[in-house]
Amino acid sequence: MDEGSRPGLVRLAHLPPGVLRDIALVWLADAVVGVSFGAIAVAGGLPVWVPVLMSLLVYAGSAQFSAVGILTAGGGPVAAAATGLLLNSRTAAFSLALADDLGRSWTARLIGAHLITDETAAFVLAQNGGKQRKAAFWISGIGLFVAWNLSVLAGALAGSALGDTDRFGLDAAFPAVLLALVLPALRADSAARRASAAGAVIAVVAAPLLPAGVPVLLALLGLLAARRGPRHPRRPRRPRRPRRPRTDRTDRTDRTDHTTAPGSAS
Amino acid sequence: MNATLACVLALAAGTYVFRLAGPALHGRVELPARVQELLTVGATVLLVALLATGAFTEGQGFAGWARPAGVLVGGVLAWCRAPFAVVVVGAAGATALLRLAGVH
Repeated sequence: MDEGSRPGLVRLAHLPPGVLRDIALVWLADAVVGVSFGAIAVAGGLPVWVPVLMSLLVYAGSAQFSAVGILTAGGGPVAAAATGLLLNSRTAAFSLALADDLGRSWTARLIGAHLITDETAAFVLAQNGGKQRKAAFWISGIGLFVAWNLSVLAGALAGSALGDTDRFGLDAAFPAVLLALVLPALRADSAARRASAAGAVIAVVAAPLLPAGVPVLLALLGLLAARRGPRHPRRPRRPRRPRRPRTDRTDRTDRTDHTTAPGSAS
Repeated sequence: MNATLACVLALAAGTYVFRLAGPALHGRVELPARVQELLTVGATVLLVALLATGAFTEGQGFAGWARPAGVLVGGVLAWCRAPFAVVVVGAAGATALLRLAGVH
């Protein structure tokens, strides 16, 4: 509340030691991905402005990759936009989780909204306290936006000179980055662990069967697993009402009236 | 209008609306503590699902063994509280080495 009431008060000093270095490494890792995105798009036959404009306006790595993949494979612009939107619908959940951390002014909210990504969400969730979260959001978000767009431009201009980036194992870097980022939250919270484990299994099993984007959303069913367990101590139970006489219950279960349709009895 | 441009603009507009949901509703709707907690856990669940599908799948198929093995190496390093750079380089390096060795 207090620090959020005055905009523009994000300071580097609000970040715990080491976090800025971690953030900078994500900028670097994403820049490498950005270069390969630009290169792949242009190598696939798209003009340079498509990856560049997409990175500025859409600004969501996985959706951009899938949209460009569909466009270059001849899947058509409608399918490309629909798949990208499906993939990005998860950012609505992130934006609800991060709403407190952008600041209170409308400028901060309108600009900050555009900077909400998987990475910024992960960095914010790894921090405790309003100041740290706000600093983590804006510092990681602005830097990532700059790094992503510059690297996509560079990749698009360099074209296909890079060759196959899978050779460098870079495709393993992004999942590993996410894993390192969510690990603190998973260590601290057993409900998050259960929900995430269930969600990950659901998503991986569903991935071959459903269109891109749906499996990850389906993982939210894992939240049902978080509802059980000791994390949310229930309010002390009220003393139970005395049970009804047992004869009453046996009376109901022993009923042999088959004329009523199933389900209508209750 | 160019169809590709229309695709980019539609995708951009829709994505921005998703992103604005939280900040726009903020202050107008008071979310119960239970729901806020659920949203935080939900964000973690989405990130883990994203990393799991990213590690194991490529398109609709299996990504091969080299990538999940590399991610696992990164995960073990992160679990041992290795610096972030070591995690990233470890994951990419392990995957690259496995591919070099013929494991795909």
